[in-house]
Amino acid sequence: MTDDPSSDTTTSSATRSTTTSWENRAMTTTHGVRPAPRARRAAAASGGTRPESPARGGRGATTVTSAGPSIGSRVLSLLSASWRPVAVLLVLFAAWWFVAWREMVPAYLIPSPGAVWQTMVDDWAMLLEHTWVTTMETIIGFVLAAVIGVATAVLLVYSKTAEKALYPLILFAQVIPKIAIAPILVVWFGFGLTPKIVLAVLIAFFPVVVSAVAGLRSVDPELLELSATMGASRWKTFRKIRFPGSLPQLMSGLKVAVTLAVVGAVVGEFVGADRGLGYILLLASGNLDAPLLFADLILMSMIGVVLFLLVEVLERVLIPWHASRRGNLALASS
Amino acid sequence: MTTAAALEASGPAVDTEPIIEVSNLSMRFRSKRSETLALDDVSLSVMPGEFVTIAGPSGCGKSTLLKIIAGLTLVTDGEVRLYGERVTRPQREIGFAFQRSALLEWRGVRKNILLQAEMRGMDRRHAEERAEHLIELTGLTGFEKALPHELSGGMQQRVALCRALLHEPRVLLMDEPFGALDALTREQMNIEMNRIWRETGTTVVLVTHSVPEAVFLGSRIVVMSPRPGRIVETLVPGLPDEREYSTTLTDPRFTTAAERLRDLLGASHVAE
Repeated sequence: MTDDPSSDTTTSSATRSTTTSWENRAMTTTHGVRPAPRARRAAAASGGTRPESPARGGRGATTVTSAGPSIGSRVLSLLSASWRPVAVLLVLFAAWWFVAWREMVPAYLIPSPGAVWQTMVDDWAMLLEHTWVTTMETIIGFVLAAVIGVATAVLLVYSKTAEKALYPLILFAQVIPKIAIAPILVVWFGFGLTPKIVLAVLIAFFPVVVSAVAGLRSVDPELLELSATMGASRWKTFRKIRFPGSLPQLMSGLKVAVTLAVVGAVVGEFVGADRGLGYILLLASGNLDAPLLFADLILMSMIGVVLFLLVEVLERVLIPWHASRRGNLALASS
Repeated sequence: MTTAAALEASGPAVDTEPIIEVSNLSMRFRSKRSETLALDDVSLSVMPGEFVTIAGPSGCGKSTLLKIIAGLTLVTDGEVRLYGERVTRPQREIGFAFQRSALLEWRGVRKNILLQAEMRGMDRRHAEERAEHLIELTGLTGFEKALPHELSGGMQQRVALCRALLHEPRVLLMDEPFGALDALTREQMNIEMNRIWRETGTTVVLVTHSVPEAVFLGSRIVVMSPRPGRIVETLVPGLPDEREYSTTLTDPRFTTAAERLRDLLGASHVAE
């Protein structure tokens, strides 16, 4: 660099300072605050002399945090990202409350929010126990589906024979209504946790396989050629290039899978169980206990939401580099 | 590694032997209906320390030729020898730079460069020192942790170049590495490339379709015809190794060679 024209040296130092401030901003957890990657790319493509790009100066000035993340700014950005859905939820809640309050619908059909809350408070120990059961079934089912799904995808991608033999069958098996298998599972595995877990695995497996296969196949062929010129083994190529590259697609599959796993566990409980939220739901339905029904339903949804968020967190940890994780709000709807 | 070591051990005598020897190479691509002749009877020798640029119109098979030398594509007829040994599978005693930088999105600059070391199982400390040196050489200091999407196109190519040079390959193959860059950055990269070549003594084969780039960088310029690719002429402008835009571009040897190259490429376009 030293014997280069001085213009390049100034370019480097200017870019250096901006890069540091990006890194700081990257640490503010919410991707909403980060600068626009597409705009940056465009600047890179058009000029190559990125520091002069006008987009950057403006954005740097508007950024909330450039000196590093503070708790205050974290809370602020979290609020700015979540107030809209919360507002919609509050409106829906108010409508529910209003309908129940004016007794527009009989209370045994739609109970008041107060009655549902009362049920949750009164029966919290019982509800917690059954929520725990359903959560466990879901998590075990999801993790098994993820492991088996990724392993199957690796097999399909690396072995042409396996792909020809198995992939059509996997696609075909997806057509079988899994819920209809539930009674058979009860016959085979009894009334314990096993049939619920198996059903959760069966339902969650498909999106994992499909997304993992797509992710593993989407590797840039030039990266494989590069790896060949490095004399890398298949295992190293898989570990350092192919698998990390497949993570963005795999993560989308896992998000779908985790919500489906809840469905699998609950349906499993419908068919034959003496524990779990699905079992309580059937009981409540039989007794026309609307507050318990609603309380149960809310807890089931909570399981799904919490697990989904956990996968989101996992995604944020695993692929902070991916475009989907450094979103550009300005272009979000374009 | 054994080949390279053996060659080095046998002293300067081998320097008279070509480091890359392509003889009577033909390449056909078969599709269901037709057969395309991509390369037709190409022969080429590259001596150690040379900077050979291969210039030709788009689609003349020059990238294919490079991939054949690297052992990434198998030939239909003829043979390639690298370090005196026949190329039948991907070669690892080379550095390869692609048209697109082919960086791992999730790794920072230093880690992208060190991928080379990890894949080869090089000594970690040595590799890190070497990476540090290359980062300095290519002016990437201060960006060690930056992710590829935070870098400009020129900087991404510099990272790819560092990665290709990390294991000190005796042969560096480059497939239009600066093709996607704007004119200014490209000129800068050409100057740097020339300096790196002089400083490392690496043998370089660079494919390009840019006339100034081919003449500016090459100690020898191999001109190819449109598909099926044949070598139509080899230019040796006889310029000094050290190139500078201010002096080289106005040098009569440069202008003559550039004019000749433009004629050859232009004529082949007409023939097409």
